[in-house]
Amino acid sequence: MLKFLFKGLIRDRSRSLFPILTVAIGVTLSVFLYSYLNGFMSDMIKSSAHYNTGHVRIMSQAYAQESNQNPNDLALIGIDTLIQNIQKTYPEMIWTPRIKLGGLIDIPDANGETRIQGPVSGMAIDLFSESSPEKRLLNIKEAIVSGELPKNHNEILIADDFAKRLKVAPGDTATLLSSTMYGSMAMTNIIIAGTVRFGIAALDRGAIMADISDIQIALDMDDTAGEILGFFPDDNFYEEKAYQITDSFNKKYKNPEDQFSPIMGALPDEAGLKDYMAIMDVAAYFIVGIFLLAMAIVLWNAGLMGSLRRYGEMGVRLAVGEEKGHIYKTLILESIMIGIIGSFVGTVIGLIPAYLMQIYGLDLSFLFENSTMMISGVLHAQVTPTTMFIGFIPGILATVFGTAIAGIGIYKRETAQLFKELEV
Amino acid sequence: MNNSHLIKTEGLYKKYPMGPTTLVALDNVNLNFKKGEFAGLVGPSGSGKTTLLNILGSLDSPTEGSAEVLGEKVENLEHKEAAKLRNNHIGFIFQTFNLLPVYTVYENVEFPLLLQNISESERRLMVMDALEWVGLSDRADSRPTQLSGGQSQRVAIARAIVKKPALVLADEPTANLDAQNSHNIMETMVKLNKDLETTFIFATHDEKVMKYLRRKVYLDDGKIVKDEVIKHELSKE
Repeated sequence: MLKFLFKGLIRDRSRSLFPILTVAIGVTLSVFLYSYLNGFMSDMIKSSAHYNTGHVRIMSQAYAQESNQNPNDLALIGIDTLIQNIQKTYPEMIWTPRIKLGGLIDIPDANGETRIQGPVSGMAIDLFSESSPEKRLLNIKEAIVSGELPKNHNEILIADDFAKRLKVAPGDTATLLSSTMYGSMAMTNIIIAGTVRFGIAALDRGAIMADISDIQIALDMDDTAGEILGFFPDDNFYEEKAYQITDSFNKKYKNPEDQFSPIMGALPDEAGLKDYMAIMDVAAYFIVGIFLLAMAIVLWNAGLMGSLRRYGEMGVRLAVGEEKGHIYKTLILESIMIGIIGSFVGTVIGLIPAYLMQIYGLDLSFLFENSTMMISGVLHAQVTPTTMFIGFIPGILATVFGTAIAGIGIYKRETAQLFKELEV
Repeated sequence: MNNSHLIKTEGLYKKYPMGPTTLVALDNVNLNFKKGEFAGLVGPSGSGKTTLLNILGSLDSPTEGSAEVLGEKVENLEHKEAAKLRNNHIGFIFQTFNLLPVYTVYENVEFPLLLQNISESERRLMVMDALEWVGLSDRADSRPTQLSGGQSQRVAIARAIVKKPALVLADEPTANLDAQNSHNIMETMVKLNKDLETTFIFATHDEKVMKYLRRKVYLDDGKIVKDEVIKHELSKE
């Protein structure tokens, strides 16, 4: 019987082509949007991890409470020993210290007088060590717009947009004004080695990047850093593993009595991403649900039209002795076949733009110019194993649901009435 | 089941409510049909012949009275039981052929057998046998749209008799056919009636059919007005 039904579906285009196309279109959109949401979330996680929190982050308890304000007076002291210890205990992670700072950048004129000033946020990272992962994580080489990577101490990188506003170029000098970790004023002369485009509006508006050893000297932070970040080597975030590491670390190092003792947090908590991730999960299933409903309504109508067209067939089938229940079941079976074929086609088609967007991205940075979020202006999709089957949920459910409702019309119709309509 | 009577109706009524009044489609119909009969329900449009045919085919049930078909009381049958009766013992032939256009001739004839869990090899034998009876074994792979009206009706006959039913009900089977095709179709059915002892009951007002009938039951306004056995028609075969 299955073979018989399948032949009918293949040969009768009006029975199969329109429903399959409807399902395929809906599934294509579902798959693409699901991939896009995944990519959006993944980009957000990566941006937050790279520029803000790492996959896990160690701070002093006091610093952690006010970490948004970069309170370097509460920074971790004795980081060299701590990093050595955690490298031994958690060799599966890459560890790197960072200092975030705020201040003022002063650009002098030819006479050494202030030509222009601007508020600046700074990130001090390990730029010079061979083993440092920072250049790779932050994609610095590729982000350079003009000039080059700092090769000497007191050389910095500056956001390209910011440099244009300040009218500075590689080779120019500037003075960074900030405060030491003990609260006194810090002034350091710096040389602009290059300009970079971070691709994140919040940083492109006014950020600099310097080597951590220079900033440690400038801010009186010897053997001290605001944060130590840990990354998984393949740059993917593994939530369960991250929480295992944080639990283990906090059991060993966290001392509730000492506010300067270290505490480790995982990315979802640190970046406030946990809620976003939950919302995105709901949003993904919401999208699938919307498409399910829309497709079900379309397919319900298609089913009704098909049923009207097939009254004659139903009458013949009843006449030769097929039960109404059996006819109804075969209609559902047909809809499952349509759902599977349409979902397969839709998934394949949906994966094509999703893959392209995963590889090449879609540059919408002009829309994020005023954003303060740590999110890339180039949007990417992300194809995951779930993407391969997520479209089958609305695809099959919608066809079955639509057909089930449409089929009730036939099921409830009097046998003799169906039979009479054969003669029309 | 009483062997002498394949079909027996007693005090059969079919009434349809029409607003404040009631339309009586069948009015106290009492009839018997024996195995192997080649009979017709004859009468003008609206006389009740199709309604009676539907009840005899267990597609409809009477309002009052009893219709016993192959030992089963139609009025007592559940949907499933009625379907089983049709599937196992009754074949239908329609005025408009009603072949399934997306399936081949072979597949149209095969369809009733798919519902009976018969093996593929046995189905093939039965279908080819049926097509041979109606002289269309060379058109097994054709689609209904590639056939003439006469050929289409032959396929419908093959579909009706493929499961070798005890009873075939034919509603105006020649209404859409020309004289020559009508003659051929009726000859085919006469032959099947003779060879397989299948009982044929027609609903018709077509002279082309009536001349082949061995019994004519005349209906008018739902009542039997005449029940005539024509013995000389037998010699014609």
